Amino acid sequence: MAQTTAPSSTHAEGQQHPIKLYLVVWAWLFILSACSYAVDYFQLQGALRYSLILLFMMLKAGLIVAIFMHMAWERLSLVYAILVPMAAVLVFVAIMVFEADHTLFSRIAYFVPGL
Amino acid sequence: MTEQTFSRIETTASDHTGLRSIAADFSSDRSAFKNVSWGKAMMWIFLLSDTFVFSSFLIAYMTARMSTTVPWPNASEVFALTIGGVTLPLILIAIMTFVLISSSGTMAMAVNFAYRRDRRKTAALMLLTALLGATFVGMQAFEWTKLIHEGVRPWSNPWGAAQFGSTFFMITGFHGTHVTFGVIFLIITARKVWRGDFDNERKGFFTSRKGRYEAVEIMGLYWHFVDLVWVFIFAFFYLW
Repeated sequence: MAQTTAPSSTHAEGQQHPIKLYLVVWAWLFILSACSYAVDYFQLQGALRYSLILLFMMLKAGLIVAIFMHMAWERLSLVYAILVPMAAVLVFVAIMVFEADHTLFSRIAYFVPGL
Repeated sequence: MTEQTFSRIETTASDHTGLRSIAADFSSDRSAFKNVSWGKAMMWIFLLSDTFVFSSFLIAYMTARMSTTVPWPNASEVFALTIGGVTLPLILIAIMTFVLISSSGTMAMAVNFAYRRDRRKTAALMLLTALLGATFVGMQAFEWTKLIHEGVRPWSNPWGAAQFGSTFFMITGFHGTHVTFGVIFLIITARKVWRGDFDNERKGFFTSRKGRYEAVEIMGLYWHFVDLVWVFIFAFFYLW
């Protein structure tokens, strides 16, 4: 069966990319995971800890979705149909941050024993 | 005749780039996801819905943790293990992370060999992926056993906020279930590859559709998603 060599096309034959690409991404995922673990191992604290956790998390997630799940080569309408609804999750997070702050305030103001 | 007209529409539609291509695809009065088989599109849509499920769990966890007046247990200490006299923080979770990432790597290779129509290598790599997945679930069972022995319950734990137990069991339990089902489907798909179903276009048991190597890629999408969810659980539940 004839395979397309152009990596940018997604034909019926499917996604064809060099093995080396997957090995490189795999190595990077290992490095980034080791970095995430190092954040905890060296007990980094405060803003540095949280920003590093988020940075490594986003890089890992991006590599998995873009390369392993082939999102980078998919047609734009599929990419948008999947990724744009994710914005709803961020809105939900924002709403619940307000909610949680309000709950915490109420608990401290009215319910904590001994205060 | 109509076929011809339609294919002409498709060629003009694919001429656009960027946002125009999306508008053209969705307004083409045909399937919106061109060059994407229904199987793959449906898997992506299922994964989107699954994303919402896991997001809801993680958001519930965030809400509980942010709103509690009781200190949250330190995951770094809770999940520490003493190996050979050395206490390593979070070591089991780190090993589980590496195991799952390795399984994602072998799965990506399996997909690659599937499209090269290399039956043996594909099946072998899928079985290796399933083995790594089963290892992950086994380590998770060990972790659960350890925590339950230490007194963690969905309603209480010895270290702090009671919600720790319920979020832990809910989130990791749901993820572990996903991994378990993934392992089962990996074995089923590997068997089909090994038997040559996708070379002989043998019809599927449920779908009666011709077997195609794309099934391996669709299986891969699910497996990578399980790995993806773990990335977020690792960051938010274990490291935060």
